Amino acid sequence: MSQADLTMEGHSTGLTVGPAFSIPTKKLAMWLFIIADTMTFAACLVAYGFLRNGTPNWPRPFPGITNVALMTFVLLTSSLTMLFGLRSARAGDKAAAFRWTMITAALGIAFALLHVREWLELIDQGMTLFKNPWGTGLFGASFFSITGLHLTHVTSGVIALIVVGVRYKGGRYNADDIEVLGLYWHFVDLVWMFVVPLVYLLNLAH
Amino acid sequence: MTTAEQHKSNGIGKDLAIYVCLLILAGMQFVIAYQKIDASQMFTRMLAVACVEAGLAALFFMHLWTEKRGFLLFVAIFTISVLLMMQYGWTDSFRMVSGAPFSK
Repeated sequence: MSQADLTMEGHSTGLTVGPAFSIPTKKLAMWLFIIADTMTFAACLVAYGFLRNGTPNWPRPFPGITNVALMTFVLLTSSLTMLFGLRSARAGDKAAAFRWTMITAALGIAFALLHVREWLELIDQGMTLFKNPWGTGLFGASFFSITGLHLTHVTSGVIALIVVGVRYKGGRYNADDIEVLGLYWHFVDLVWMFVVPLVYLLNLAH
Repeated sequence: MTTAEQHKSNGIGKDLAIYVCLLILAGMQFVIAYQKIDASQMFTRMLAVACVEAGLAALFFMHLWTEKRGFLLFVAIFTISVLLMMQYGWTDSFRMVSGAPFSK
């Protein structure tokens, strides 16, 4: 082995490997996080389904679909605006990328506010973590756990969108960072697609 | 129009198409919720629609489709196999229907 084959650290250049699956490290890290988080949500939803299936007279407290339909629409639309932000960033249009990222954050805030409004309505009706007026107390615990975990993800995502958006505009972050954040945001949207039917639509009072 | 702008506008068209598909699929779930069918059928249909939605979102919104095939397979095989293994727990919930301490 010639001297030229050695790096300054003394390692052979032949042993140097590229990032796994030839994708950037940050993106791979986000995907691994998403896979792990998928398991967390899946475990929560399976546990919820287990309890619901094994509990006679499971509460059906949702009189209508307006609020959850609106929340779904807002979150799906935020995924689209996130994509627009990424496309603008890839095209080098910083102002548009920043604008779309902030619109996505605003939609995330709207979703969170709708969610909190729904929670407050249920709490007003007497629902807590351990009891509710409709039946088993397990409903409150499972409902608040799953929707709370999702709401935490949305809130973290909104904070990340604002931070990354501002830093991208300032030149500290680039389009790759917007893409990595976009992956997280789409994942939050993806989880909601399972929460809605299992937690809301199967419990409609009709 | 420059090549970059053309590429951007083409991509936006595809994004919009996927977005509309997702909205329609989400709407289907709400329609299923008002069908006069039993809970297990409703659950199966809703879950099937949710899986299609998730697939579309992962493949096109999260750009998994354009990643290396090896990575796509890694994510799909790992995630789907673990999710399927979790379903093993469901079987026990049928036992609970006929009696469990906290279900009464």
